[in-house]
This record gives sequence, structure tokens and C-alpha cells, in this order.
Amino acid sequence: MMKERDLIIVGGGPAGMAAALSAYEHGVQDILLLERDQFLGGILNQCVHTGFGLNYFKEVLAGPEYADRFMKRVIAIKEIEVSLKSFVIKLSQKKEITFLKPGKISEVKAKAVILATGCRERTREMAHIAGTRPAGIFPAGLAQKLINIEGLIPGNEAVIVGSGDIGLIMARRLTLEGSKVKAVIEIQKKSKGLQRNIVQCLEDFGIPLYLSHKIARIHGADRVSKVDVVQVDDNFKEVPNTSFSIGCDTVLISAGLIPENELAEMAGVDMDRKTNTPLSKEQNKTSVDGIFVCGNACQIYDLVDWVTKDSLLAGKQAAEYIKRIK
Amino acid sequence: MHDIIIIGGGVVGTAIARELSKYRLKIAILEKEVEIAFGVSKSNSGIIHPGTQNKSNSLKGKLCVEGNKLVRKLAKKLGIDFKEVGQLIVAFNQEEIERLKEIKKEGELLGIKKMKIVFRPWLAVNEPNLNPEIIAALLVPSAGIISPYRMAYDLSENAAKNGVEIYTDCEVTNIKKDKYFEIESKLGVFSSRYIINAAGLFADDIARMAGIKDIKIKPRKGQEFLLDKKKENITNHLIFPLPSQTSKGTLVIKTSDGNPMIGPTAEEVEDKYDLSTDESGLAQVISSVKRLVPSINPKDIIAYFAGLRPVSGEDFIIREEKSVKRFINVAGIQSPGLTAAPAIALYVSKLLKTSGLKFKRKLNFKPFRRKTIHLFQSDKKLMKKIISKNKAFGDIVCRCELVSRAEIEAAIERGAKTMDGIKFRTRAQSGRCHGGFCTTRIMRILSEKLNIPLNEISKRGGKSGIVVKERG
Amino acid sequence: MSKQFICIECPNSCLLVVETKDGKVTGVSGNKCKRGETYAVSEVENPVRNFTSLVKAEGLEIKMVPVKTSAPIQKGLIFFAAQEVKKIRIVKPVKVGEVIAENFVNSKADLIATRDVSLA
Repeated sequence: MMKERDLIIVGGGPAGMAAALSAYEHGVQDILLLERDQFLGGILNQCVHTGFGLNYFKEVLAGPEYADRFMKRVIAIKEIEVSLKSFVIKLSQKKEITFLKPGKISEVKAKAVILATGCRERTREMAHIAGTRPAGIFPAGLAQKLINIEGLIPGNEAVIVGSGDIGLIMARRLTLEGSKVKAVIEIQKKSKGLQRNIVQCLEDFGIPLYLSHKIARIHGADRVSKVDVVQVDDNFKEVPNTSFSIGCDTVLISAGLIPENELAEMAGVDMDRKTNTPLSKEQNKTSVDGIFVCGNACQIYDLVDWVTKDSLLAGKQAAEYIKRIK
Repeated sequence: MHDIIIIGGGVVGTAIARELSKYRLKIAILEKEVEIAFGVSKSNSGIIHPGTQNKSNSLKGKLCVEGNKLVRKLAKKLGIDFKEVGQLIVAFNQEEIERLKEIKKEGELLGIKKMKIVFRPWLAVNEPNLNPEIIAALLVPSAGIISPYRMAYDLSENAAKNGVEIYTDCEVTNIKKDKYFEIESKLGVFSSRYIINAAGLFADDIARMAGIKDIKIKPRKGQEFLLDKKKENITNHLIFPLPSQTSKGTLVIKTSDGNPMIGPTAEEVEDKYDLSTDESGLAQVISSVKRLVPSINPKDIIAYFAGLRPVSGEDFIIREEKSVKRFINVAGIQSPGLTAAPAIALYVSKLLKTSGLKFKRKLNFKPFRRKTIHLFQSDKKLMKKIISKNKAFGDIVCRCELVSRAEIEAAIERGAKTMDGIKFRTRAQSGRCHGGFCTTRIMRILSEKLNIPLNEISKRGGKSGIVVKERG
Repeated sequence: MSKQFICIECPNSCLLVVETKDGKVTGVSGNKCKRGETYAVSEVENPVRNFTSLVKAEGLEIKMVPVKTSAPIQKGLIFFAAQEVKKIRIVKPVKVGEVIAENFVNSKADLIATRDVSLA
């Protein structure tokens, strides 16, 4: 017989932790929280800059501080069992979960499942940037991890593709770490990033932001050597005779985020193929009863505060669902 | 003094080395790149061709048909995954059906078995995503798929186990001939009685070093685009259009990793290092394959790359040079080189015998290699077993492709030194996030196992370092 | 003199019109709340920034300890701070909020850890 738990939450980032706390507060007494990393906190651990929690805590916190507040509460509640280094390989429609840990494979069934699996970055491949495939091309989040977690400097001279917040934050981080950020290239007419970040991450350091531009080609054999930049019109078509090159050894790609919903899909949840999120009439619910999704897996949020809010709701909904079927 | 030096550690060089390792000969492979299969072989599409689309009197055609048979046996012995998926060459009208008949006839002359022409009702059942305007196809059941780089790695490992020395990062710079050959390389001078030139794109440069001037390799670029594994079953067969003068056309390919692949283009280029992809290549591939399978969506593309076919005329060039005795050229091995590789190895072996090299069988030749374990291929029962034996199989590093720490470590023990070496052997970093999540973890494992600092880990050797320095 | 810039205190992003004389603010308009005025004065007279960075750890469970200044510091000190922070080493476990360096780069703010870090 497969062991049965009331609620299993996949993902121990801000979404999973908030969902666990909320489910507990709404009466769920048996929660298993599965996190693949060796720490709780998810991507917040590498977001060492401040700007988190203004809405939820009315304070300006760094990413790890925001995570810490939830982590300590989660750990203090014995009804929430946290299993680290636990990687879910399978989720069925019947809410049976198979997960791996070093030295162990486990199968467990749940009354309800909350997927708090976050998101991944759009890659250079998805942005279809032409050229060669040398070393030195990084998704911005990977560059952030290299610096902030591993203490490694990804490059000396960088060009950043995309002016979303991650790209802007990385422009500042690289600059402070002694690398030269030569340009931020944005295909849209306006940056999607917060004004605060435009000012404090680019203008403070005199980093040029090229709006309505794109990288036409990446050059370099072993390592990136330069990029060709070209202006685009309203239909994103290249404007003739506007091309210029920027020498650099590094290209950071900050071209948006994609919800991670491979487990939901595996469980037979109806998906919106465009956004890679579950189709549902009601926030956090999916087409499979008892499988919920929250945080960035549900939709991409600008602020972690909204992830928290969304996930608190998911925890409550899961609690209500469990009560109803008991 | 070596009996034989093989220049080039691609699938051809390693297949030859493995074949010759059956005999009491002192053999070495010299590879220019930092790892095996980093040249032409790494961009191969992995198709084991049945031999169709080759002229019945060509060396290519003969070696392809023979190779198709040999690959299966080799795959079994060396634990390489081979899958016979079959191929369909499609026709849109009566005129094209006539061409299918010609291809079938030529194939039969080469000895290809079980070919048949199938029509719309068959296609509707067996290949439902195919363009309904396709009225017929030539079904060739003996076509299959394999992982090109894993084939080269497994061949080289088995060759090494049987005594072949393998030197990587060992570019050959000059060749002198007196009574025997003196081969100058990045790692010093090797002397050898025989040279086998399997240097792929650079086979002409190597030949020239030995004074052979009539071989010219012209790179022909092929851009390939990989789709998300979710689309694994978009087709059940390899889908081919009718071949053109220069290539077999733009295909819908099944791969042994599961990701369907679309491509390649066929573009003559000058630069032997031009591995760039571009928008026109993508546009051309998309429009060509949409004609075959209309539901293919560019949104599903998760990776792309370009490879260069080492083209030298119409056919393979495999011969002992009359002007330079004991120098054997294995040049111009473009498609179907992967399929033909084991047959090329036998062919070369015969050339060596004819040339007077004495072959004595080794009594202790080890023909088998234990199959590499991949978690993604394991069912629950096997997972349980391998995880209980080695905890690290339960420690997932690459989440998109389900690769564990145990597999990464095994790849390093088997010779991986770089991020690409890990990728080709284990598939880690080749999924939809493209290493976004697992790069740092793999760097750490490489650093620990190879005992080198993190800032020296490279993508593929040379100046391809992942990072530039440690932070203070 | 008149300057225009966008307030960055919250996502409202008000366009502030700031009147200045001899480097001092004499009037602010365009702000929807009081924070806009405070920001305008600070940005003109004494611009400050939150400084966040990392300090190398030795013998602990993670390699880089995230840190921040306990209060925003002068904008002009940011690059110096980024240099100085690299000279520090953390060798003992720390708690969130623990002071790593007092009066960091003479900014009057302390450098504090933003994460608990235990022994390896």
C-alpha cells in the first residue's frame, strides 16, 4: 500500500512555503513539502538585492531575508514535513507522486497536491538569436547564480539582452563586481523593468539602454567575441543600415520567464499551450480536482509579494478541498 | 614505435581503432579537440541509413548497407542504444511515386530488404501527423537511430580497453616520412609504420602534410533544430522528402534522446569553423518540414546547432595512397558516414592486410562493454535497484532530462572533461532550460572529480572557459 | 532651476518636477504622496542607495554570504563599498541581521548578513 498524505506541496520556494503555511493555518495537519535543492527558499536565495517585501511586510528586504521569514515559520511547524534534495519524477492524475532522494526512491499518494514549481528562463534558443554557440552566453539567472552563489565572475565585458528586472539587476551586479556592461538591448519600445531598476541599475552607472533594438547575431568561436545589434521597427523587423557591433565576451539573456508545469502536464492537467500554465476557470485550480498550482507556475508575477499572496490563497483552497472530501 | 596512428577521433576513427584492436598491433588515436567526437561527429543527426538514395555502384552505398547490418551487432556488444524505426520517403503526386520506384529499384540492387511503397490509407493509420496531401511513401524498415556521440564514446572506450592509446588535445602539425612516419603533434612526436587519416574536415590538411595534394574537403553546412521531447511522437518514422542533387533533403528525424529534430540545410561554406545558424536557415527548415508534417511549430524548438559535412566529391575516398605507401586516406566521409563507420573499419582493415601488415588475433580481446546506465531510460524497478547500489543515482542534477549525479560522475570517469563532454554523454544541459539550472552543479562535480578550479571549467576546451575568474 | 525625474519609491512611478537653487530643493510637484517629496530632496541633495553584495565564507555551508547595508549609503560610496566588501571573510556561522562590519566604509550604516549560515 502506498502511504497517503493529506497535502503534498512540490517546491519549497516562496510559493511552496506560503502555500504550506496557509494550508496549515486553514486546518491541514499533515503536509509534505518537497524541495529539490538542499535549502528552502528557491530562487530568492540568489536574489541578494533588496526590493522584496514592500507590499507584504511593508519593509525593504533582500531576497534571502524574505525567504528566511517564511523558512523559520515553516520549520517551526511540526505538521509540515520538509523533505530536501527531493526531486519529483512523476505525478499521476490520481495524485500519486514518485520522488527521488540521494539513496532513495519513494512513492506516496496525496489527497491534494499543490504545484509550486516556479518558472524557468527563456533561453537564447527560444529567442532565436542567430550566430555561433560559444561559451559566454548565459540566461541572466544563471549568471546571477554564478556570482551570488558560486562566487564566480562570468565575464569581463557583457551585453544584456532584455531589460526586464532580472537583466537590469544583473547589469548592476556585474558592474559592481568589476565587469563592464556595455549595453542593454531591448526589442520593445519600452522596458518592462521597474523604473527604480532603470535608474539604480543603469542610469547610475551610465549603461546605455537600446530600445527597439535586437541582437542580430552572436560571434565567436570558443568564447563570445562580439554581437551585432540592429534597430527594429514596430513589427520587430530589422531596419536597414542600422546595424552596429559591440565587442564583448559575455551575453546575458533576460528574455522572459516560462512557468514550469511539466508535472501538471504529466498528471493530465489541461494546459494553455501559449503560456504553459494550467487552464482553469478559478485562480489556482486546475482541470484535475485536488491538483492546485500557485506562484510563478500559475502565472509570472513581477513581485514576490504577489507570489506569496497567490500561494496563500492556494493553500486555503487546498485545505477546503481536503475538508470537503474527508 | 606504433604500428598504426589514426588521426581523428570521430566516429570513423574510433570505429577503425576498435576493429583493429582485435589484433596484436600498437595503435594510437590522435584527436585535435579536447575530447573524442567533438568534430564532425558531434553534429551528426544519428540516423542509421538503410542505404537508399545512394547509387548502386557507389562505395558509399555498399558500405552503408553493410554498415546498417554491422551497427546492430556492434550496438549489442557495446551497449549502445539502437532503435530500428524505419523511414518513409514521401511522394505528393504520381510523378514522385515513379521516382520512389526508381529509388526502390536502386536499393534492391544494393541488397536493401523489405522495402515497399505504402499509400494514403496506410499512412493515415501509421503516420497520422503526415501532410494529408502526401499520397504515398517508400517504407524502408531497416532505417534506425542511434546517438552519434555516444557511439563514438563507446567505441573509443572499448578500443581503449583493448589497448588503443587515445590522445586528445593533440593536433597534428607535421608529418615526415622516411622508413616510417614521424608525426609531429601538440603532444610531441609519434612514429608509426602506418597512418590512417580520419581527420574529417581537416583530412585534406593532413593529407597535404604527407605530400598528397589531390584531396580537397569542402565543408557543407547543415543547420539542425531540436524540438521539445514532449513532441517525441510527432512522427513514428524518419520522414524524408525525395532527395535532391546535394542532399537527402530536409527531414523530420527521430533521435535516440527522444527530441525530434528537423533539418538539415545544405549550404556550401568556405570556413571550416563556421558553425553558425541563422534565420534564413530556420525559415527554410520550417517551411520544408511543414510540408511534411504541418503541425510542427517553431515554438517547440528548444535547441539548434550547425554541423559541417566533410565533402570531397560524390563518394567516400578510402584508399592507400600510391604515392605515399602505408598512408591510408579515409576522407570525404559525409552522410552516411555514421552508418558506414563499422563497414569502413572492416574495409580499412582489409586495405591494411593487402598492404602487407601482419594481423595476429589477440587472445584476450574483450568484445563487450557494459551498457551505460541512464536514469531516464530506467523503469521504477531498475531505478530502485541502481539507487540502492549507488545513492548518487537518486541525486538529480539535470531536471529537464533527468540526469543524476551518478551519471555525471560516471561520464567523467569515462573521459568527459568539459561541459559539452558531459552533455553529449549524459544529456545534462540539453533539455528545455538549456543548463540554466544545472550548469553550476555540473561545474562543481567536474571541479571536484578532475581536481581543477571552477574557473578552469570550459565548455569544450581551448579558450571556451565558462567563467573568467573567481570573485574576491 | 527645474529638474524632472521619476520617483522610484513605489511602482506608481510619479513624474516629479523639482525646483532647485544652489543644489537645494525649493519645491516638488507631480508626486502623489509624501514619499515623493522626500525622495526628490534626497536624490538632489544627497542621493543614497541600498547596497547589497556578498562576502566570501570559509568553512561554512555556503560559499558566498549575502549582505546589505543596514541603511542606504551615499551613492558616491557604492564602488568603494563594492571593493571593500571583497576584503572581508566570514569564518563563523552567522544569523540574519548579524553585523559583519560596523560603520561600513564610514557610511554610518553597518554591513549585515541577510541569511543564516551554518557550518559546512
